[in-house]
Amino acid sequence: MSSLISFTILGLFTGAAYAIAASGLVLTYTTTRVFNIAHGAFGMVMAFVFWDFSQRQGLNLFLSLFLVLGVIAPAIGWGIQRFVTKGLGEGPVSVALVVTVGLFVGLIGLAQQVWPPEPRTVPPFMASSGVQLGDTYITAHQIITIVISIGVALGLYVLLNRTRIGTAMRASVDNPELLKLFGGKPDTVAALSWAIGISLAALGGILLSSVIGLSYYDLTLLVINAYAAAMLGRLKSLPLTFVGAMGLGILQSFAVAYLPSDGFLAGTRAVVPALFLFVVIVLMPQAQLRIGQVKGIVSAPLPSITKSVAWGGALLVFVALLVGGGMSTANLLLVGTAATYAMVMLSLVLLTGYGGHVSLAQLTFAGVGALAYAKLEQPNLAGLFLAAAIAAGVGALVALPVLRLTGLYLALSTLAFGVLMDKMIFQAEFAFGFNGTLQAGRLSILGNAIESTGGYVLVMTLFLVLMGIALLLLRRGSLGRVLIAMRDSPAACGTLGLDMRWFRVGLFGLSAGMAGLAGALFAGLRGTIGAADFQFFNSLPLLLLAVVFGVTSVTGATLGGVGLMLLPVMQSNNPGIAGLIFAVLGFGAVALGRDPNGLANLMFGLGRRIQALVLPQLRDRLPVLPGRRPDGSDDGEDAGLADLLPETPDATGKVPAHV
Amino acid sequence: MSDHPIGGAHAPLLEVDHVVVQFGGVTAVNEATFVADAGTVTGLIGPNGAGKTTCFNVISGLQKPTRGKVRFRGRNVTGAPVHRRSKRGMGRTFQRLEAFGSLSVRDNVRVAYDIHRGLAGLVRPGAKDIDALLDRVGISSYADERADSIPTGTARLLELARCLAGDPKLLLLDEPSSGLDESETDDFGDLLRDLAAEGRGILMVEHDMDLVMGVCDTIHVLDFGSIIASGTPGEIRRDPAVQRAYLGYSDEVPEHELVGASAGASAVEETRTDLVPVGAATEATTVIPAVGATIPEDVR
Repeated sequence: MSSLISFTILGLFTGAAYAIAASGLVLTYTTTRVFNIAHGAFGMVMAFVFWDFSQRQGLNLFLSLFLVLGVIAPAIGWGIQRFVTKGLGEGPVSVALVVTVGLFVGLIGLAQQVWPPEPRTVPPFMASSGVQLGDTYITAHQIITIVISIGVALGLYVLLNRTRIGTAMRASVDNPELLKLFGGKPDTVAALSWAIGISLAALGGILLSSVIGLSYYDLTLLVINAYAAAMLGRLKSLPLTFVGAMGLGILQSFAVAYLPSDGFLAGTRAVVPALFLFVVIVLMPQAQLRIGQVKGIVSAPLPSITKSVAWGGALLVFVALLVGGGMSTANLLLVGTAATYAMVMLSLVLLTGYGGHVSLAQLTFAGVGALAYAKLEQPNLAGLFLAAAIAAGVGALVALPVLRLTGLYLALSTLAFGVLMDKMIFQAEFAFGFNGTLQAGRLSILGNAIESTGGYVLVMTLFLVLMGIALLLLRRGSLGRVLIAMRDSPAACGTLGLDMRWFRVGLFGLSAGMAGLAGALFAGLRGTIGAADFQFFNSLPLLLLAVVFGVTSVTGATLGGVGLMLLPVMQSNNPGIAGLIFAVLGFGAVALGRDPNGLANLMFGLGRRIQALVLPQLRDRLPVLPGRRPDGSDDGEDAGLADLLPETPDATGKVPAHV
Repeated sequence: MSDHPIGGAHAPLLEVDHVVVQFGGVTAVNEATFVADAGTVTGLIGPNGAGKTTCFNVISGLQKPTRGKVRFRGRNVTGAPVHRRSKRGMGRTFQRLEAFGSLSVRDNVRVAYDIHRGLAGLVRPGAKDIDALLDRVGISSYADERADSIPTGTARLLELARCLAGDPKLLLLDEPSSGLDESETDDFGDLLRDLAAEGRGILMVEHDMDLVMGVCDTIHVLDFGSIIASGTPGEIRRDPAVQRAYLGYSDEVPEHELVGASAGASAVEETRTDLVPVGAATEATTVIPAVGATIPEDVR
């Protein structure tokens, strides 16, 4: 009985810390409609700053707290709103998600760079004090945390209901445009919300850091707990968010107390928030369709089929030359890895680039494909496609509970799914095994086993090319048009008679299947795979690189695949700046995330310009050039990036008009 | 032009039955009851913030009513999802444009065709009739342009063409003529009469009183979410309640609408005070200015 009380109090303590962080998340989301995936990451960085002040520099505890919560965190919140997230709320959900995922990854990189891994501890507040309650000892830190959470709740209530700026905040939830019209200042409101929001993230992070330790990832993943709690209040009700946070805290505490510490159920202890989140999402009522055209979407140019085939052929020849040129096995493996990542990114081109949905667990789907392929022990085309089908089924299952909800919830549940799979399934003995020694056979096609690594890499490249061409065919066809239509205006699609719910499940499943195929091929390439190959966190840099290189084009995905393959190579060659690379990637994505067409589109533009410059001169010198029309366009037989130029009416190569 | 009685022997195409929509403490639509018949053009008019677009959202399924029913072709569709109403023959356009901006004008209509034809359309698209449809609404010269680069009036016609691709029994048109010039509006009026003559029902929210008075068989006037008058254009023009609503006497503003729980929502209602008094309500045609056209009307 007494243990029940002490675990309840422990749960109330963690719940209180979640509530503090979650209320900050709700505040920023409701006032600016930007869901900050990096909320926990801000809490993590702020906890490190607090450690730096109070422990490393030995500043007074209260001074440190004041500096972090009262100066640095609000200033960062204000700056982020002012320079990063402003205006994102009106754009596509996918852009806002990508930008905040960029912050997420960037902040982790930054923290690793500034505070390299070493044991650090933040002592609890009033470490030696506590209260004996029967058999239960309650630390002062726990009491302080619970009291602070009540204070935060009261403070927010007063702010929102009793002050002028609070009323303006609530008004801007409904309609910032209107608020502006009536003399309010939505920008001030938004900046204030972010200042308070980041400060609350910092407070939550600091309060938890003495218990769960100063860890880059654990504190960052606080965001899952926070949004699981916030979800109970549908991301807008603060009281329900507090209830959700407390409930989650107690649930987690009980899981630790009463679930067995070994066996399958032990895995569930770490994923209580993710499970909680799924349950809440399933119970959520149907969302209304978003009315209002989504602003700021520009499509990448769509190459003609002949050009795509020509480029695919060129890529194959290039890889064949690499293979034939006696490349080392290690480097061949890297080429194969790049092809794998490129295929996973192609699945994102379908889902995010065309469909406007974000998945934060694409690598997990690749892992499902790899696992299925290895377990099936059918290293042939049938086994390969079956593995992909299994991944597709899992993807559809993930999308199913969020069928009725909007894209944001889908993205959030994929993150929870990634964590769930990683911790509960992939690391389990029955799956990859803890040390990652699951064997997978090399693929054989029509009875011909492909034993040489070079040959296998070539086959993988062939799959990549075929997948790219299939994707472009799909985009050109009726299905592709409907995808774009759905992205541009869901409400119009609904009123035209499209049942988007099942369409979305199908889209998600197809995308997961593509990733699964890539994973299965990867398993065959490596021969030995493990959970470490498909860590959920790596789905985030994957998404970011896809966006940076251009998630709307096949070219972008191919380049992105190479980029992602080089990332760990760069990090292991320069361990000193491993964090910096993440930081550059993350913050780079923040800068580039508003244009999902990415670097690939810039290259297309460059190619166009070069063509415009060079071609007239070329024609002057060679007056009779076969296959060229006088207007400067060509038949697509010779090389140059400009060959990927638009030929369809929806690819007019306009300057992106962004929010 | 006015021999279509409300109700009648046959069930009307569309029945809106005591629909109430509340946003927090604000009542946007209050016990609205009206019908729209097949083969006729029905106008839904009222000052800004009167709840017209909210009514449309309820009818098309984008907004759940707090109370009340919507019956379409004799069946209660109040709880039916948006796409199912569309399949049953309901099409709508939007006050704030919902064209597929990154597709060409022709592809916008093609998508509508493909969706209408269901799975068959997704697998084997049929391209016929698209150009004829663009021609019918008069935008074929824009066929190859991106939908986000065409003028507003044209985009509204595009939304109409897109609806027509699904061969709807009922068309809900939300301010279809704004952005059209005078001669385009005349053509548009003829098109509406043609569409009604084909047996379609048209329910239209519109601020251009010339157009409304010229093409509608029946008009319903919405003010503060309630239907304050229904009748033929002639009857509406003479109705004292309508004249009062449009002259915007603010002493009749109910208090709860100004001091609502939601500041944003109550602010919408306040836009009414901007209403410019209409000069001569006794003239043959009354032009009610589209006051504050930039103010989003639907409060969500």
